[in-house]
Amino acid sequence: MAHIAVPEGVPGIRSLVLFRPDTGKHLYDLVQILLRDPSPLTTAERELISAHVSARNNCAFCRDSHAAAARELYGEQRELVDGVMNDVLDISISNKMKALLTIAGKVQQSGKSVSEENINEARKHGATDRDIHDTVLIAATFSMFNRYVDGLASFTPTDPKTYEEMGKRMSTIGYILPQPPKK
Amino acid sequence: MAHIELPEGLPGIRGPMAFRPETAKPLNELAEVLMRSENSLTRGERELIGTYVSYLNDCFFCQNAHGGLAQHYLQCDMKFIDGVKFNMIDADISAKLKALLSIAASVQEGGKQVTLTQISTAKNLGATDIEIHDTVLIAAAFCMFNRYVDGLGTWAPEDRQFYINRAKSRAEEGYANYDPRH
Repeated sequence: MAHIAVPEGVPGIRSLVLFRPDTGKHLYDLVQILLRDPSPLTTAERELISAHVSARNNCAFCRDSHAAAARELYGEQRELVDGVMNDVLDISISNKMKALLTIAGKVQQSGKSVSEENINEARKHGATDRDIHDTVLIAATFSMFNRYVDGLASFTPTDPKTYEEMGKRMSTIGYILPQPPKK
Repeated sequence: MAHIELPEGLPGIRGPMAFRPETAKPLNELAEVLMRSENSLTRGERELIGTYVSYLNDCFFCQNAHGGLAQHYLQCDMKFIDGVKFNMIDADISAKLKALLSIAASVQEGGKQVTLTQISTAKNLGATDIEIHDTVLIAAAFCMFNRYVDGLGTWAPEDRQFYINRAKSRAEEGYANYDPRH
């Protein structure tokens, strides 16, 4: 059971933003802009960074939902998501993406642990300022979402099918603030 | 020097916010609701939670910028703010605020670190569900802001008085429509 009286049976972040839509709407705006609006990183790459950080924070709800969205968006290349989730950096991932995932992993630990060397490695493989900015902000943002979801002990479904559905929704309609169920 | 090319001379989070105003907008709107809107937790208490989490994350810019704001709202001195950071248990603050700061400290370590005992202690001291929610979200949000500021290697003035001197005008400005270039 969640630590506070959120709507029952509603999973993860959705239950929290229904409890407090005043903050929820800005959280959804942020994630929509960060993960869906134009960026030099593809939507699939951005979902993968989100899933990677959530896995490192051991937040099952965020990990499984964003991994599912990444699988949908990678399409035929979906298996590389499993590689990243299992910490096997699949050969089909670009060196640039590997370097950005490393930076995201550092941000997950602490902002200060990002080194010049990490940045230089990403630049060597073609990462721009915008790539690096978006990677750092996505990793920082999921360090928030993971803590929000688990810090209030929100409901975490365990059926993989639930996450497949979520992944389909996230990869098609994106992030729209949930509305209260009709009475 | 910052890890990416940011507008010159802007301290802390202002550089990345000027670099990417599209994401700055929801970040500031979130901060406005969470830290300033009508709430049973005072602005001073909420800034103190943000300061404490930023201290635990060792983010110099955020703990001083928000410490300055907390000091302004609470009408206290820097010694009082430092006292809360270094030894929250013995600080001259309410038992309820201590219970909320303890929850915030657990969130800083990881969401799963928050215990049922911490929650029931806070509730027994009168904390409402909204107050617990906002404490958790403030702590989580500062884990984001701190990482954004330090993960890009932004510049921060070293003189702590700099932040105290700016606090009054920052408090008047608010978060929602602020211009990062100021």
